[in-house]
Amino acid sequence: MKLTALKPGTTGIIKAFTDLTLSIKLMEMGCLPGEQVTFERIAPLGDPIAISVSGYQLSLRKEEAATIIIEEVKYT
Amino acid sequence: MKVALVGNPNTGKSTLFNRLTGLNQKIGNFPGITVDKKTGHCKLPNGEQIEVIDLPGCYSLYPKSKDESIVLEVLTNSKNDAHPDLIIVIVDATNLKRNLLLFTQVADLKIPVILALNMIDAANKEKIIIDIDKLAQHLGVQVVPISARKNENIELLKQAIADAPAIALQRESIAINELAPGLISQIKADVKVKEDYVALLLAHQHEILDYLTVDESNHIESLEHANGFHSQESQTKETIARYAFIGDVLQHTVKQQPKRIVDTPTGKIDRLLTHQVWGFAIFLAVLMLIFQAIFSWAAYPMDLIERFFGWLDESGRQLMPPGVLADLLFDGILAGLGGVLVFIPQIAILFGFIAILEDTGYMARITFLMDKIMRKVGLNGKSVVPMIGGLACAVPSIMATRNIESWKDRIITIMVTPLVSCSARLPVYTLLISLVVPDEKHWGFLNLQGLALMAMYLIGVVGAILVAWVMKKIIQVKESSYFILELPVYRSPRWKNVFLTMYEKVKTFVLQVGKVIIAMSIILWVMATYGPPKRMKAVEAKYQTPAYQIKYSPDELEYHYAAERLENSYVGILGRTIEPVIRPLGFDWKIGIALITSFAAREVFVGTMATIYNMAEPEDDTSGIREKMANARDAVTGEPIYTVASAFSLMIFYAFAMQCLSTVAVVYRETKSWKWPAIQFAYMTALAYFASLLVYQLFK
Repeated sequence: MKLTALKPGTTGIIKAFTDLTLSIKLMEMGCLPGEQVTFERIAPLGDPIAISVSGYQLSLRKEEAATIIIEEVKYT
Repeated sequence: MKVALVGNPNTGKSTLFNRLTGLNQKIGNFPGITVDKKTGHCKLPNGEQIEVIDLPGCYSLYPKSKDESIVLEVLTNSKNDAHPDLIIVIVDATNLKRNLLLFTQVADLKIPVILALNMIDAANKEKIIIDIDKLAQHLGVQVVPISARKNENIELLKQAIADAPAIALQRESIAINELAPGLISQIKADVKVKEDYVALLLAHQHEILDYLTVDESNHIESLEHANGFHSQESQTKETIARYAFIGDVLQHTVKQQPKRIVDTPTGKIDRLLTHQVWGFAIFLAVLMLIFQAIFSWAAYPMDLIERFFGWLDESGRQLMPPGVLADLLFDGILAGLGGVLVFIPQIAILFGFIAILEDTGYMARITFLMDKIMRKVGLNGKSVVPMIGGLACAVPSIMATRNIESWKDRIITIMVTPLVSCSARLPVYTLLISLVVPDEKHWGFLNLQGLALMAMYLIGVVGAILVAWVMKKIIQVKESSYFILELPVYRSPRWKNVFLTMYEKVKTFVLQVGKVIIAMSIILWVMATYGPPKRMKAVEAKYQTPAYQIKYSPDELEYHYAAERLENSYVGILGRTIEPVIRPLGFDWKIGIALITSFAAREVFVGTMATIYNMAEPEDDTSGIREKMANARDAVTGEPIYTVASAFSLMIFYAFAMQCLSTVAVVYRETKSWKWPAIQFAYMTALAYFASLLVYQLFK
């Protein structure tokens, strides 16, 4: 599923990227395959969003977040 | 010895730089580009004096913005003036993984390197336990835990600099040669670089590196083709390999509990500051505070500066014999200098606030809040700050666009920022509004004049947004705009940093922009003082006839003489020449002169009007000039010159026209070409002309 399919407050693990150019930038910023991401919140106007990854917060636009493929982690 | 500071943004690099160098620093320019080069000196425990260079913050050696590319340039070009003998990579100890990516890249350049673990106090608080010695062993470099903010272990870092080996001993992090085996050795041989990683970086980025010759760049390009090199794939491989190395190192050296951002203080503050309602309410309040500060706090120091120049002028003239030299010195240079320096308080306050917003981490939240709106019109969340700053002065605001990575977003921001009504328009607006808008209150609180003033500011902002939208449609680039931005942890501002920023920006403004303004003031003075000799002689002769000397008191005579000289000076002739063009806007030749002189700076308007309308001291009291202007009649029709139609037409002209040499100069400096200032000048003048034409023709 795409990162944007997560609900605020939920977490997933990065599996792949769909945009090569963007993936390089995202990896530089700590978004790596295997890394855990938490969807923190959506900006008041609906875009961009804030996620936390590698222990810090990152903001990115929805269209950019949609290039990150994740697998949701369900805590029980 | 030259030591360079390299690190991610928000790691406290500038704080460390200030700690190491104190006030012993200076800002220059890297040759050929507009990025500030901050250097300073530092004394080591062994008495050695070293030079410290603060390089712009970056996330990797693959630059995304102008500021970042300088890091690559300096570190890979051994002939660069700033090329260091030692690099200190400063990292945020609470976010080692991402921060170490840049470290491993820098280490592979094979320049001796020290790792400074900053914010070690915060890491301890978060229960992140770092085995410093083991980390040093794994990386093969000295590792110094510091807290730049609390001034802890800075001496230890200085000792480490003194102890640093002259050759690079760091451990290999990844097998670089495997990323592009044939290509790297060919580039090393043909372009004469020593290190594998430098060769690889050249393969990736030869197009943006200015120090390579065209031949070298083309040669690298053809080598890439011959070797089937795919830049993005190679970079992906490299990044993944580096993170694998980092993950391995961290596993052996760092113990930490997973943390949830929501539970941290930053998470809680964010819930308020990016709240759907409160987020915008607080942002508006912050804006109003800045706006208020720029106008009201700056008023007193600005008044002091003006008075100081008034005093300088007065006492200077008493000391110097009157004559052309004194006039040039006082009317030309001193007046020009005063015109520049009077903006210092506003610039200092604006940059003080910007520094506080950035330092606390709130700036990133503003862009987070505003990105969607701004993107609609072709701007970027990061354009908000320059546009707010535009209310004070376009010059520092255009300088503040540098952190916008997208070239297109940055250019559009630069192009529209001068449309936001700056403080220099304020005197023009207030004078003209007081002339034609009645000072009446409606419903007890709505002052018509205040309303008109607000309308002028709104027109500026709306104009900026519309133009940005049009430019978004016109400018076509392949580069895609993206918005991937760190939301740093909230911190209290470091006041020393704030004051240093204010000081630096003011200095840059005075030195770089001041030169242009002074030069222009001198030219204007010359053109307003001299005219074709024949005409000037005729005026002189006229005022020497006894009939004139009886008709007026000596003071009056002086005023009339000055006004008539101005009319016949080169500037005056110019005003007459352009009169047919500006007639349809409702302007006469006198306004024409003011328009021309205002091209140096808008605030010259009031002064010019005053001179033309025979006034001696325009600065302190505008009521005299107001009366004169209110009574001004058209010589032919006898109609008043300043009507609602012509005054608003004139204000609209001032709102849109590019009447500011300093802005032209700074746009040239920031875009490195005359193309953009030329386009900006042309579109703004056209916009001003047609908007004024419309207003005048509609309302007359």
